[in-house]
Amino acid sequence: MVEMEKQVVAPLDENKPRRTPNFKWSNILRGDNRALWTILALVIILIVDRMVSPSFFTVRMVNGRLTGSLINTLDGAAPIILLSIGMTLVIATKGVDLSVGAVMAICGAVAAVLINRHEAGSDNILYYPGFVIAIAILAGAACGLWNGILVALFDIQPIIATLILMVAGRGIAQMITDGQSPTFSNETLAFMGQGTIFGMPFPVYVALIALVGVFLLVRRTALGLLIESVGINSKASRYTGVNAASIKLFVYIISGICAAIAGLIVAGENTYADPHTAGMWSELDAIVAVVIGGTLLSGGRFNLVLSVVGTLIIQSLRIGLYISDLHPNANLVVKAIVILLVLLLQSKEFKQAIGRLFKPLLKLRAVFR
Amino acid sequence: MSTNEQPALLEVRGLTKTFTATPALSDVDFTLYPGEVHAVLGENGAGKSTLIKLITGVYKRDAGTIHLNGKTIEPRNPRHAQELGISAVYQEINLIPTLSVAENLFVGRQPRFLGMVSMQLTNNKARKLLKTFNIDIDVTRDLSAYSIAIQQIVAIVRGVDLSAKILILDEPTSSLDRHEVETLFSVIRSLKERGIGILLITHFLDQVYEISDRITVLRNGRKVGEHLTKELPRKKLISEMLGREFTETLGKRSSQTTADNSKHETFLDVKGFAKRGMIESFDLEIKKGEIVGLAGLLGSGRTELGQLVFGINRSEQGEAFVEGKKVRLNSPRKAIHHGFGLCPEDRKVEGLIADLTVRENIILALQAKMGWYRHIPYRRQEQFANEMIAALHIATPDAEKPVGQLSGGNQQKVILARWLVSNPEFLILDEPTRGIDIGAHAEIINIIKRLAKEGKAMMVISSELAEIVDYSDRVVVLRDRKKLTELTGDEISEDAIMHAIAEK
Repeated sequence: MVEMEKQVVAPLDENKPRRTPNFKWSNILRGDNRALWTILALVIILIVDRMVSPSFFTVRMVNGRLTGSLINTLDGAAPIILLSIGMTLVIATKGVDLSVGAVMAICGAVAAVLINRHEAGSDNILYYPGFVIAIAILAGAACGLWNGILVALFDIQPIIATLILMVAGRGIAQMITDGQSPTFSNETLAFMGQGTIFGMPFPVYVALIALVGVFLLVRRTALGLLIESVGINSKASRYTGVNAASIKLFVYIISGICAAIAGLIVAGENTYADPHTAGMWSELDAIVAVVIGGTLLSGGRFNLVLSVVGTLIIQSLRIGLYISDLHPNANLVVKAIVILLVLLLQSKEFKQAIGRLFKPLLKLRAVFR
Repeated sequence: MSTNEQPALLEVRGLTKTFTATPALSDVDFTLYPGEVHAVLGENGAGKSTLIKLITGVYKRDAGTIHLNGKTIEPRNPRHAQELGISAVYQEINLIPTLSVAENLFVGRQPRFLGMVSMQLTNNKARKLLKTFNIDIDVTRDLSAYSIAIQQIVAIVRGVDLSAKILILDEPTSSLDRHEVETLFSVIRSLKERGIGILLITHFLDQVYEISDRITVLRNGRKVGEHLTKELPRKKLISEMLGREFTETLGKRSSQTTADNSKHETFLDVKGFAKRGMIESFDLEIKKGEIVGLAGLLGSGRTELGQLVFGINRSEQGEAFVEGKKVRLNSPRKAIHHGFGLCPEDRKVEGLIADLTVRENIILALQAKMGWYRHIPYRRQEQFANEMIAALHIATPDAEKPVGQLSGGNQQKVILARWLVSNPEFLILDEPTRGIDIGAHAEIINIIKRLAKEGKAMMVISSELAEIVDYSDRVVVLRDRKKLTELTGDEISEDAIMHAIAEK
């Protein structure tokens, strides 16, 4: 930090007295406050959304259900928010979980197949909706445990270890559904994706509860500190008595559980489980959200709330593109460009480079003064 | 010696390099004659690797000159240095394991036939080249099929064949067995006959006396001596390497520490611990309130002994008892559970969690010991941190500064504080005073003495002999990965330790 300030400030010193320290613009260009920049990026995208669609912020109650683009944004973001919560913890340990999309498909498939046995008249208590949801979540936890074992106990690089389940997971899901995309009509399961409480879509509550729950779990206990410590320096953590292997197992299990719940939401929304497309590419959205939220892929300090803000950035961008008149073919490119801009906005190096770009201008101004 | 009359091959004068504040190398002269092996010796931080990195152009020097065959040279990078005639072979071999021996020897300059790379010509040339060093191996096999020694030799032969007038060997024998060392030495001898000058860095003293003609000793970035090997007694060499300037400042050993030692009960009793490639079988007993010093040169196995006891590496044999009860020390967690703590030699890699704050680093061991669910309340954490900052005089604006931004001495204190907070029965300190300033140095030694007085068992590994003599109740002497002897009470003196290390 200190060195960087010198670099930016020193050339100005040659020409004129130093600016007062609270000079706003240079502070913002120099600033390392990622939280501020991330939230600012969200605000800018929301404003652009509002410009594209004047009714963007309008929320109306229709048939006891809140509707409007803003609600759609939140509702649609919920599964990715869940994934990004788990992903944040995994990335904080210097890992990554590529399998979450496939785990969504597995858990959706498990739920759909089991609930259909209930609908078909089976009396087995395990096929009751509550149990079905619990079993699907357990399946997600088991997937996470598998990833965790590969990473923590066998020391396989996370990107490869989770790639295995990313590939195999869709196959497993297809085996569970026998290659079909089973539909279901169970209301409890459908409520997971479609239900509302006080007009607000149920997935939004789920995402919020998961955020608050995991936040309390890691910040009210020592888990958060231990996760960061393992991510920053795994060896030194081991020497200090931190059980690095257990910590890694834990974060992958949490990630698996989050993916399972996200899978249930998506299945509930569709009232069918599609093993081929459910959660497709959503692991990448989650990783981008976490990175936008300021958690480094090299592990260490993490911020769950900012990861959620990152998800909201991606989702409000997606909705904005959807309601705009832009040709759909251009959507992906625009999305990529905006994400790049957000990341550049957060990059210290980029802001320094911009600073250097404007330096001759400042010098010129100093000469004329 | 005849070499003295020859013109020097390499002449380095007044070489100086400063990294942050402290000079890594200051005003060092070094001369290498054709056909000689010149060993550069010194403990960690002496400046050996800085010296070779300046000669090979990895670093830019701040001051000084380098002459090769009487001409000034300015090596810009290792490649340039190689073009000038200076080749370096490092411990980690910079060859490609999946290419054949022949390809490795000639990669980038393979002989061509009608414009095409010819494998046959390459193989023939490789065979001929290795023959000149009496090495007869199948050059078409992958390099990885051969032992480290052969790989090492291939690297040397490649370096020499490329250009070299000067060959730099950095710890070439550290992973070789006796027989492999012989093979390597025969190659080195045939290089000498060709008039190549060899700069050798190693910490195996026996080998230095076997192969080298001349010895330069560095300490703390300065040259402390240059001698013909045959005229330098081992004891003098060791005393130069370790330095003795602390004798006066710390005074004579205080005898009160040993006084009531016998009535203390045993804390740790280790019988027959050993691990191949790390350390030979040893016994060790440490009493409560006792300070046991581990003395020996770099690479003598002192760090390895500490790591075995702390469970970082598992002992392959033997057993350990803590307060009479048999225990398994197979992970740091287990060891910590039994009341152990370890301040590692390499603070940055093995000790600090650099991005965490001073407070978080200080409470980490205690928190890990208590378990994740019994969170230490923030206020209590602050209290611990502030108490320790005051007690150990840790220089930091506040407890919330990332520990990576503190100076070396303060980082060391933070790691000490981490263990003190977790209230251990037994502390292993590996080079606790290395790389820290004089003030912090004395403070840390006082802390060590105070902890022993409070009844803690202490094991201190240090290359500062005077320091070890000052505070140890017992000194364990190691050499070449073997425990040699123990000195107790009045037997302990710098002379006795050096004598024990030097003894054949």
